[in-house]
Amino acid sequence: MQPFEEIVVEHGPVVMRVCRALLGPVDADDAWSETFLAALRAYPDLRPGSNVAGWLVTIAHRKAIDQIRARSRAPEPAGGLSEALPGNEPGPEPEDTELHGAVAALPNKARLAVVYRYLADLSYAEVGALLECSQAAARRNAADGIARLRRHLGASPASPKQKDES
Amino acid sequence: MNIPTDRQIIDDLIAPPPGGDAAALARLRARLAEEADAEGLLDVAYRTMDSPVGPLLLAATPAGLVRVAFELENHDEVLVELSTAISPRILRSPRGVDDVARQLDEYFAGRRRAFELPVDLQLAKGFRRVVLEHLREIPYGATESYTVVARSAGNPKAVRAAGSACATNPIPLVVPCHRVVRSDGTYGQYRGGPAVKHALLTMEAGR
Repeated sequence: MQPFEEIVVEHGPVVMRVCRALLGPVDADDAWSETFLAALRAYPDLRPGSNVAGWLVTIAHRKAIDQIRARSRAPEPAGGLSEALPGNEPGPEPEDTELHGAVAALPNKARLAVVYRYLADLSYAEVGALLECSQAAARRNAADGIARLRRHLGASPASPKQKDES
Repeated sequence: MNIPTDRQIIDDLIAPPPGGDAAALARLRARLAEEADAEGLLDVAYRTMDSPVGPLLLAATPAGLVRVAFELENHDEVLVELSTAISPRILRSPRGVDDVARQLDEYFAGRRRAFELPVDLQLAKGFRRVVLEHLREIPYGATESYTVVARSAGNPKAVRAAGSACATNPIPLVVPCHRVVRSDGTYGQYRGGPAVKHALLTMEAGR
């Protein structure tokens, strides 16, 4: 079995970017640490041939939701996991780029679908499993997210106004 | 300018952040190793160090130093072996190995003749382990033949087995298998290569 150190070196950067996109830079550190600690605990039982990146992102997803629950001290959401991620308050603090701010402003399902599909490089089937929706719905949510980002960035003050194409 | 294409947006998304993640990741990895140790999840901690006999890998369990590896052995392969033989819960961490590195530095500088640190001999079984326990009693600067080692370990006929115990010693340098030589006085083989054995014995003889 691969020594766990190699797992941290190989996947640490992606998990960090996922945590930042879900929580913002401050809480991302805690989520990253909790993710890898939980992964280390479970690692000896991981089936050979498992998709390690997908496994780690799944743990990060749960840890991010725990963080958001703790942050809002809200009761357990009854709905699916994505319901636990509240609108955008306080939301991820916009990171260093306009794009990350735009990602933070996306509706939850679209944001999660974009993060898991493109930042974490998961398949639509895996994204669907995380969001508790079908593969097709995962694909629609990711496409919706990218379209919104495109409109948002195209319409932002940094570049000349464009017509909204919706 | 234009509305960016989907491809541009996705490329921007997956681009590393400005300045990179390296510093933040280094800090998080150190924190992970500390928290793992506190939770009893750090089964093997390791580090590397430079030495006059080349880069060394040092690995420790909570019980003590469990492995010292020369560059010749390929450190990546050694870590995979430790993962299989002990546990895959392996992280780069100073726990139990920074002190070893300090004592080895002193040894190579000629300022230390005996190591004062806990060792974990779990990688050696049966007679081999008995041999290694005995090797720890051979003092700095002294040598013993494989024949004498076999006798001291309680099995005078097991000279070859004593030799293979030395050849597979998981903790060379600290468990001084380099102090075991052939009856004719020649050095014999060594895990770190014969040149390293020669250098160590020359150093210990004060020549």
